Amino acid sequence: MSAPPTHADYQLSQLDQLEAESIHIFREVAAEFEKPVLMFSGGKDSIVMLRLAEKAFYPAKIPFPVLQVDTGYDFPEVLACRDSWVSRLGVRLVVASVEQAIKDGIVVDDGKTSRNRLQIGTLLNALEEEGFTAAFGGGRRDEEKARAKERVYSHRDEFGQWDPKNQRPELWSLYNGRLHEGEHMRIFPLSNWTELDIWHYLGREGIEIPSIYFAHQRRVFQRDGMWLSESDYNPLRGGETVEERTVRFRTVGDLTLTGCVESEADTIDKIIDEIAIARVTERGATRGDDRFSEAAMEDRKKEGYF
Amino acid sequence: MTPEMSPVAEEHAGRAPMDLLRFATAGSVDDGKSTLIGRLLLDSKSIFEDQLEAVEATSHSKGYDYTDLALLTDGLRSEREQGITIDVAYRYFATPTRKFIIADTPGHIQYTRNMVTGASTADLGLVLVDARQGLTEQSRRHAVLLSLLRVPHLVLAVNKMDLVDYDESVYEKIHNEFTQFATKLNIPDLEVIPISALKGDNVVTRSEEMPWYHGPTLMHHLEHVHVASDRDLVDVRFPVQFVVRPKSDEFHDYRGYAGQVAGGVIKKGDEVVVLPSGMTSTVEAIDMFDNEIDEAFPPMSVTVRLADDVDVSRGDMIARVNNAPKPSQDIDAMICWMINEPLRPRQKLAIKHTTRMGRALVKDIQYRLDVNTLHRDQDTKELGLNEIGRIQLRTTVPLLCDPYSKNRTTGSFILIDEASGVTVGAGMINSGS
Repeated sequence: MSAPPTHADYQLSQLDQLEAESIHIFREVAAEFEKPVLMFSGGKDSIVMLRLAEKAFYPAKIPFPVLQVDTGYDFPEVLACRDSWVSRLGVRLVVASVEQAIKDGIVVDDGKTSRNRLQIGTLLNALEEEGFTAAFGGGRRDEEKARAKERVYSHRDEFGQWDPKNQRPELWSLYNGRLHEGEHMRIFPLSNWTELDIWHYLGREGIEIPSIYFAHQRRVFQRDGMWLSESDYNPLRGGETVEERTVRFRTVGDLTLTGCVESEADTIDKIIDEIAIARVTERGATRGDDRFSEAAMEDRKKEGYF
Repeated sequence: MTPEMSPVAEEHAGRAPMDLLRFATAGSVDDGKSTLIGRLLLDSKSIFEDQLEAVEATSHSKGYDYTDLALLTDGLRSEREQGITIDVAYRYFATPTRKFIIADTPGHIQYTRNMVTGASTADLGLVLVDARQGLTEQSRRHAVLLSLLRVPHLVLAVNKMDLVDYDESVYEKIHNEFTQFATKLNIPDLEVIPISALKGDNVVTRSEEMPWYHGPTLMHHLEHVHVASDRDLVDVRFPVQFVVRPKSDEFHDYRGYAGQVAGGVIKKGDEVVVLPSGMTSTVEAIDMFDNEIDEAFPPMSVTVRLADDVDVSRGDMIARVNNAPKPSQDIDAMICWMINEPLRPRQKLAIKHTTRMGRALVKDIQYRLDVNTLHRDQDTKELGLNEIGRIQLRTTVPLLCDPYSKNRTTGSFILIDEASGVTVGAGMINSGS
């Protein structure tokens, strides 16, 4: 329901308020930055971003391209969903490939570093090559402690780094987009959304998301207490056995690291019910990359992660 | 007018919490602010098992015999090492009726700028005092800043009641002292609540230890405080952000002015004026994505189409013909200064007001406000970091502004240092001429 406001009391629901705030951010950036880009992972948050961007400029097309970092280990269902969105909206898709970045010597695959981590160098290189000055990211402040202090406009120096102690104060809805040569801004239009808000919004809008978010049969195996998908990219280690389970993914990322949870939730409403009683955060449950250390996200952000 | 709903959307409608409250918290490390926020998150079931486990493990490794809820909100490692909060952090929780966004600001004197930042978007300010200490210079300062930022609702939480044996007279003394102090400020709505964040008294559940207290619990108050009337629904203010021109076959002649309503209710058919040009026209249509709506009000993001082909661009403002702000280049404002290098007369800065950018010259610093005593120091020659004062600006472009007391969106601006690009000041307009 694209919320026809209840005119009797001039009230907007909280979801409509969040939508209005995010649309405002998209329009500010489009007006003030020379070369914005939307970082699109194919996950639910970046789909909500695309939807908001679509609404912000309608009936005109979204006035900036979409950038995806291809880890080479992406779920095919996610890539299919990406293609479907891109073709419906008629936006330009820029793909930055980690494989290519490894071949070009931009990042080094030492066999120990995760693809997620190699994305950082690949991403920064793509931003620099294309000369993007503002990059929209789907980060939410409720995701993780290091994100709670992130600004909507998050300034990055010429090395793409985030300095949490030197952030610009952000007041009212007055965003400061000033940049020096070589610097860029990360923009987080979903800053004030929570995981539940995202799901409520997806449910309300009735828009396409990758099928792996919904419960399905999958051949999986257990590693470090997580269910991982059977895949050529994910060779089994000693003692690991594959079995078929009914599962769904709470986040989508590098499939060698992104775990799934056992679930029967095959509709958005069932997912919402599941999340409402979930006892573990989405990252804690299913993201191998955030479990290595308590401050894992903080470190990756400082280096220039999404 | 109601858009088509997909079957999924129809089934889904009406399940999300309806309302939103943004509040800012203030208090020092010792007032138990982090513990209180931890308590709100925990008792509203917004804490997940892995987060709680991490905090329990840390508490244990530090040798505490209790779970330090404050650890739930200590964000960055550098802060955890120092044991202080160095920046505004945003927290989220929801109850079935409302979603809450907390701007959690540190209470130390050097961090006035963070408090101002957190309060700028808040509907409600929550000030904590330690019942044993009573009102301190710092709690008065927090109330002054919340009042200056025109945060319409204030809650004074008298914390650590467990440490004063839940004594009513302690609460009464602080209540009276604060009420008296508050008469000097602009605080339209005040609630004083005795709590124990550590024990949970009157936070979410009513305390059995304080039968003498008949007011609401903190959570009840946060859930029910009426914020809908805080907006200005009378004076139409629509700063134009972006001109939408699809230039496609289907929308060949479409020209819409996109923005977020900052005040009033814009209706289809309204006679409007575009500022600063002063050209008039009529609202032909209001678009919200792919459907047309009859009226728009704050904080909706919409696209307005006008009947006449008038020249409108980003930075302009649409208002009613007989109710429009006067374009002003001489601005009288309260300012909070946010960097080490002081603000001095004759300084030139960039200014951003609504969607309008310009340059500003500091004509005069009239006085510095002592936020502890409310004394106005008229002899001051400059404003230092975290100082607040009244200044006069001359701007290169006219600002389409209102007094901040009337509209927090059209009455506020930021100042930007042109060399570093950093936001250096936050301004609240008294008047323009």
